[in-house]
Formats: sequence, structure tokens, C-alpha cells
Amino acid sequence: MSFSVLSIIYLLGSVTFIIGLKMLSHPATARKGNLIAAGGMTLAILGTIFLYEHNGERLHNYGWIFTGLLIGGVIGVLAAKKVKMTAMPEMVSLFNGTGGACAALISAIEFRHLSENVVTTGELLTILLGLMIGAVSFAGSMIAWGKLNGRIKDFAFKGQHIVNQVVLAVMVICAVWLLWSNDGLQVHHHILFYIVLVLALLYGVLFVMPIGGADMPVVISLLNSFTGVAAACGGFLYNNQVMLTGGILVGSAGTILTILMCKAMNRSLKNVLIGSFGGAKAGVAKEQGLYKAISLSDAAVVLAYAQKVMIVPGYGLAVAQAQHACHELEKQLEEKGVSVLYAIHPVAGRMPGHMNVLLAEADVSYDKLLEMEQANAALPTTDVVLVLGANDVVNPAAKHDPDSPIYGMPILEVETAKMVIVNKRSMKPGYAGIENDLFFQPKTSMLFGDAKQVLQQLISEIKQV
Amino acid sequence: MAFIHQHIELIYIVILSIFLGIEVISRVPAVLHTPLMSGANAIHGVVIIGAIIVMGQAEADNYIALILGFLSVILGTLNVVGGFVVTDRMLEMFKSKK
Repeated sequence: MSFSVLSIIYLLGSVTFIIGLKMLSHPATARKGNLIAAGGMTLAILGTIFLYEHNGERLHNYGWIFTGLLIGGVIGVLAAKKVKMTAMPEMVSLFNGTGGACAALISAIEFRHLSENVVTTGELLTILLGLMIGAVSFAGSMIAWGKLNGRIKDFAFKGQHIVNQVVLAVMVICAVWLLWSNDGLQVHHHILFYIVLVLALLYGVLFVMPIGGADMPVVISLLNSFTGVAAACGGFLYNNQVMLTGGILVGSAGTILTILMCKAMNRSLKNVLIGSFGGAKAGVAKEQGLYKAISLSDAAVVLAYAQKVMIVPGYGLAVAQAQHACHELEKQLEEKGVSVLYAIHPVAGRMPGHMNVLLAEADVSYDKLLEMEQANAALPTTDVVLVLGANDVVNPAAKHDPDSPIYGMPILEVETAKMVIVNKRSMKPGYAGIENDLFFQPKTSMLFGDAKQVLQQLISEIKQV
Repeated sequence: MAFIHQHIELIYIVILSIFLGIEVISRVPAVLHTPLMSGANAIHGVVIIGAIIVMGQAEADNYIALILGFLSVILGTLNVVGGFVVTDRMLEMFKSKK
């Protein structure tokens, strides 16, 4: 009886996941959607603890289970509450890694458990898949986490792709060997199993290592869908529908999201993963034109006497955590009667939508944020564009230069405005490693410095204007 | 073959879920990409259910299974709780301001 109640709970859980994801894709309902999915998850967890039966036996070890839930819950809430808004992407990566590790551990335990019983090839296959995908996702997420918070530097060596392929191939061969020779598990099967685990971890590391920090969002999204598939393997193993629906939903939705992110950068997923940009960096340095710098007080005057100002935030703003200063500047300018809007490029920041999250944190009103098309329509009538730490997303080469690696990427056409002020830390090229002609155009002025400091100084200058 | 036969209903679920996932996501505005990724991240925390089952079935004298199971429950909970709370924090800021 209780098992059928549990089936209904799992059904409810699956439905809340679908509704939750659906609602998450609309701004007005997103928060509620998240809560609904969380509610469904809670229900499914509690149902499993109290109602799950296997061969007529209930679960035991309640002490262990609740202690584990408590520890994980407390750490999870604290970590999620304390993390700074700019560090959100790292946090998502970290949580994704724990999910992957969880899936891999389940497989490891079940494998040890199975070795005492008869094993079918199907069971062994799901266990191995859960192990491999979970371990790759865990190791990859940890590297992505380290890269985003700057602890791990990009690392690539010659022929790395070949090494990666070899590791992957050896892992698959070991797994297949384990499956084929499955006639009662023996010692060498255990050794094979742990070899597969080690190779999967190694592959996860090697896979993410050479990919540039700015591409981490795409990688995290991809690993996110990996973890989904690993969770779904658990669903097969336990004949558990809610694990299956939850896992597969995330697996497919995550894949689509990854592709959407790549599309916004006008690159293919393959291009991101293999990273043809790495080569471009070492390419011939194009002749540098002349750029002109602008002083803080001049910039302040120009901004204060403009009628329409458009702010283009980017990666540099996120790194400098200058979102609050940015909002201050906006308020200061509005007091002077200047209309201020923000132009948000879909891939500005460290993740798509990241700029919106950051600016929202600083209380910037939602309707001041223009999406790319709206912004491009408004730019020709804009007096001053203030580019804060964005580079490739405003590079006109994407429109004019077919040889440019970013050719074809949709950009914010800031050069159509009357004047452009670019705040950057130095003349160093952006992530794509290419010069930005915008900086050398006559209507562009460079304002060097850390985004946060520059903004704070601008605010005090504008007050005196 | 026997595996497919045994799990035919689950395979239906897999195939339908794949299409459902694609359908649900394909119309999402770029603004919501990060929260959506984070929300999806929390949902795959459903793997916690496997961890609970493993933990709950471990024999009292099988210390390796107990410890590994305990660890997997903690990791799974981190994924679920952390994932949902982070997503909520992100979305909290999308409230329309007057």
C-alpha cells in the first residue's frame, strides 16, 4: 500500500519538476517555479525516507540519513546565502559537482553491493554509466569552479586533445571489457571498476583544463546536463521514475541551454570545447592605431551634460564588483536630468543573464535594462555610451571584418552613438584575443582603471559639476 | 534485450522527457539563462533519492557502505538545498520594482 502512495508522490514530484522548469523560463513566474520544484523535491525525499520498500523491507539507518540531510542542508543554505552575487557561477558549478560526486558514489556502493549478488548486464551498464558520467561531471565542475574564482589557471599542452581522446577511449574499453566478461564478479572486475573511476576523474580534469575562463558558463551548463544524465542512471537502477524524469529533463534542457549559450556567442559547441580561440591569441598582433584617453573630470562633464546615456556593462564590471557603484552613478546622473539606460548583451558577464542578476542586486530597475535589439535601436539617438569592462561584445569587427574570429557574432553597435567612453583596466585585448577597432575610432575615448574605482571617482566628480 | 524489455516504461519516460525538456526550455529569454541553469542544477539533485535508498539499505556492520552512503547523502543534499536557495536568491532580485 505504502509503495503505491510513494508512486503517487513520485508522480507529483515529476510534475512539479516539469511545471517548475516551465515557470522558470518566464520572468514573472520564475521564482514561484523554483519554489514549486523545491516543494516537489522535499515531498519526494520525505516519501522515499518513510515509504520506500524493497522486497517488503523498509529503509533503516534513519540516524545516518537525517544527520547527512542536516549537515548537507546547513552547509548548503549557509554557502548559498553567503556567496556574493558575482560568485554565483562558481557556486552553481560547485553544487553541480556535488551532485555528480553523489551519483558516482551511489554507483560505487551499488557495485560493491552487487558483487555479492547476481548481476545483469543492464544493471552493470547503468552503474558504470552513472559512475563515469558522475565522475567526469564532478571533476570537471571542480576545475570550472577553480577557474572561475581564479585558483586554477588555463593549462594546455601540445597534443592535449589526443591525450583526452586516448583517456576517454581507454575508459570506454575498460568499461566494455567489464561488461563483456561479466560472469560473476571477480577481483579483476573490481580493479577494472576503479580504473574506470580514476580515468573518468582524469578525463573530467583534462576536458575542462584547456577551456578559457570566459567559456566556463557553457562548460558548467554542459556538465549540468551530464549530472542530469548521471541521476537518470540511478533512476534506471532503482526503477525510480522521479529520478528518471528529473535527471532526463535536466539532461535535455541543459543541453539545449548550452546550445543557446553558444548561439548567443555565434560559436559552435565544438568550437568552445576545442577552443580555436587559443590559437588566435598567439596570432600576429595587428598594428595598433592611436587611441585617446580621457580624464575623469572630462568624462564627468561629458556625462553630466548629456541627455541620453547608455551604459554597457561587461565582464570587467562583474570582476570589479562595481554594480552598486554603477547604480550610484545612474542615480547621480538622473538627478542631473540625464536619462540613463543599460544595454545588455546576451553573453555579457560570466554567464548569460549574469549582468541582469548583478544589476538587479544593486537595485537597478528592471525596465532600464535593454536587450540587444532594443539597445541597438536606441543607440543612434544616444549621446554618450559608457562601456564598463566589456570588449568583444562591442567589437565592430564582428560586423565588418570577415577574417575576424568573432565575425558574425551579434554585437551592441555602440559606434552609432555620438560618443563612446570605454572603461578598461588596460589596452589588453578581450577574451577573444583580438584588437578592438572601436578603441581607435575618433569618437571613442579611453578611461583606464578598475571599474569600481573609476565609477566612484566619476560620481564624486559629477557631484561637483 | 531483456533489459529493454524489463524497462520499457522507463524508456518511454526517457524519450518523452527528452522532448519535454527541449520544449520547455527553447523559449526562455537570455535574461533567465543563469537562474534557469541554476534551477536545473537543483533539480538534478534528485539523485539524493538514490543516496537515501543506498544509505537506508546498508547493513549496520558494512562500514564502507555506511560511510560512502553518508557522504553521498551529504553531497546530494548540498546539491538540492544549495541549488534551490541560490536560484531563489537570484530570482528574488527580479521582482519588478515600482
